[in-house]
Amino acid sequence: MRGLGIRREIPIWFFVGVLLTVYGALIGGHGVYGWVTHQRDAVVLAGLHAPMWWGGILLILGLIYCVKFFPGKPTLRQGATGKH
Amino acid sequence: MTVPASAIGIASGPSTLAMFLPPPLHGQLARLTPLDIAVIAVYFAMVLFIGFYLRHGSNTSEQFFLAGREMTAWIAGLSFVSANMGALELMGWAGSAYQYGILATHWYWIGAIPAMLFLGLVMMPFYYVSKTHSVPGYLKLRFGESSRILAAFSFAIEMVLMSGVNMFSMAVVMKVVLGWNITFSILMSSLAVAVYVGLGGLRSAIYNEVLQFVLIWAGALLVPILGLVEAGGWHKMVAKIASNYRDQDYIHLWRDTAHFSANPMGVHWTGIVFGLGFVISFGYWTTDFLVVQRVLAARNLRAAQMAPIIGSFFKMAVPFIVILPGLLGLVVLQNPDGTLLHLVGENQVSVANPHSFNEVLPLMMVRYLGPGLLGLGITALMAGFMSGMAGNVSAFATVWTYDIYQPLIRKRAPDSHYVAIGRWATVLGVVVSIGAAYLVMHAAGIMDYVQALFSFFIAPLLGAILLGMFWKRATAAGGFCGLLLGILSSVSLFLWVRMDPSALSMVALSPDAKSMAENLYRALWSFLISVAVTVVVSLLTRPRPIAELEGLVYGVTKLPFQEPVPFYRNQWFWAVIVVVLFAGLNILFW
Repeated sequence: MRGLGIRREIPIWFFVGVLLTVYGALIGGHGVYGWVTHQRDAVVLAGLHAPMWWGGILLILGLIYCVKFFPGKPTLRQGATGKH
Repeated sequence: MTVPASAIGIASGPSTLAMFLPPPLHGQLARLTPLDIAVIAVYFAMVLFIGFYLRHGSNTSEQFFLAGREMTAWIAGLSFVSANMGALELMGWAGSAYQYGILATHWYWIGAIPAMLFLGLVMMPFYYVSKTHSVPGYLKLRFGESSRILAAFSFAIEMVLMSGVNMFSMAVVMKVVLGWNITFSILMSSLAVAVYVGLGGLRSAIYNEVLQFVLIWAGALLVPILGLVEAGGWHKMVAKIASNYRDQDYIHLWRDTAHFSANPMGVHWTGIVFGLGFVISFGYWTTDFLVVQRVLAARNLRAAQMAPIIGSFFKMAVPFIVILPGLLGLVVLQNPDGTLLHLVGENQVSVANPHSFNEVLPLMMVRYLGPGLLGLGITALMAGFMSGMAGNVSAFATVWTYDIYQPLIRKRAPDSHYVAIGRWATVLGVVVSIGAAYLVMHAAGIMDYVQALFSFFIAPLLGAILLGMFWKRATAAGGFCGLLLGILSSVSLFLWVRMDPSALSMVALSPDAKSMAENLYRALWSFLISVAVTVVVSLLTRPRPIAELEGLVYGVTKLPFQEPVPFYRNQWFWAVIVVVLFAGLNILFW
């Protein structure tokens, strides 16, 4: 966060990545558990196992953002707000 | 756009888990599991962490009120759209889609896109070059102190009252959907906003708005996807709507707007094009400081111009998560016996019809979202509420500090003093909002009046700003009188219809007009009065020397040179793409 006396902020996209990763793990984990144990949530279209694939999508997106915008990693334009 | 009063009334009637259980009075739609609570808790932990983390970067007034003017176009653009995507906006317009059909999409397309492009391409250079901190600040530069004070007070009052109404409505939603205590919901969400905006200023608000924007999509996108799967796709959904509701057209944007009586909204295309597409839309998107402040935080003029254009792409997509669930609700929501569930207006809720239009989005959420996903959906609604409230509070703090406190109370003080005032104004804004929320709770009848406040100010303000920015001859006296009489005429028209409902036919020019048409035409008349008064008074008073208008008026302002960029980074290129998409969507759903 600090380098050469200049404070460099964590990009907002890293925060986005962390949040999506955590949500992906929680929701996807629940979905995988339900799929393995054949437990269905009491909702319409439960057979589609939406938590599993939606959680998986969130997890993958989150990890991509975490890696791409990891704090301190050089980017094309190291502005205080990160670069997208 | 802000949700109209007719669509925003929040459910206070009985609710239940619609498709599985009989509807007990005073029930709740869903119960959260530990996984849902964990999802919500992670969100709150994240927004508070961001507030604490950014508190060190908000020490100067430029940093606190304008986020250091170093936001990228993407961040400013997403924040610009997110500050407008309150939870009530999501639920209110989903309810409007159920009630009026696809006509509700006009508030996202013609009611937003042209104005956003105009802000980015035409108006932003003036706001940016004048280096003003706020829209009232621009009025001061152009029309003098009296116009600034009038606009600042009206805006500040509007911000805290709207924030309070939204806070109360959100708490009622949490009570209806989850059975949460209203005071608990109000305190939890408002304290979180006070902490992260008070500590990190606009930068923290913008960071969180970007986060909330992503969350809203992550939490809400699954509902229309699964809804379309259940309905059998778009074409089958349209066919079922047509067969279920033969007497009304819910699926055409323009086809049935030639007559007030030919569409469920009771509007005419002139009201949509001129009232909504021009006056209300341009008034909101180009002069409401809540949204303009986000773009002013951009790091250079090109980023400031690109931000609304980037935002317009996402704005065009919002109907997918708001309007489509409302339309799907017409098809898939069922009673326990398998018959079609009919949602009704707030005042028609009964044991036989236990759900109102405004509950359609929560009903669709509990229909498809199980543990975890429901928590994410609820988090999306809370994120929408908090982003809207943070927008209100941060804009209030800026206007209070620069346009009320500085000119009227302490003209000269160290920069750090104004930052401290801004922090306290944030707390003050939240406290007054909580007070307004409880006021509404104990006097529900004033809710319509508070929501109408929004429409009182923006149309006259648009008249003043447009003439100030594009007409050299406009004078300070003209601007002030136009603004004042425009506001008074809008208030008068509103009260006239409230006292004599038959006056609606005169305001909206048709005996078949409904309440939505009143909003559109009232804005149009108050704008025209504001413009007429400004023109007449300006012609009767002495104009300002041209030299004093440099940087404020089109034609006498030298716009800053912008380095040439490849076409794919040019704002005009992307604006053309937006125009083509906008035209294509309107033709597709004509």
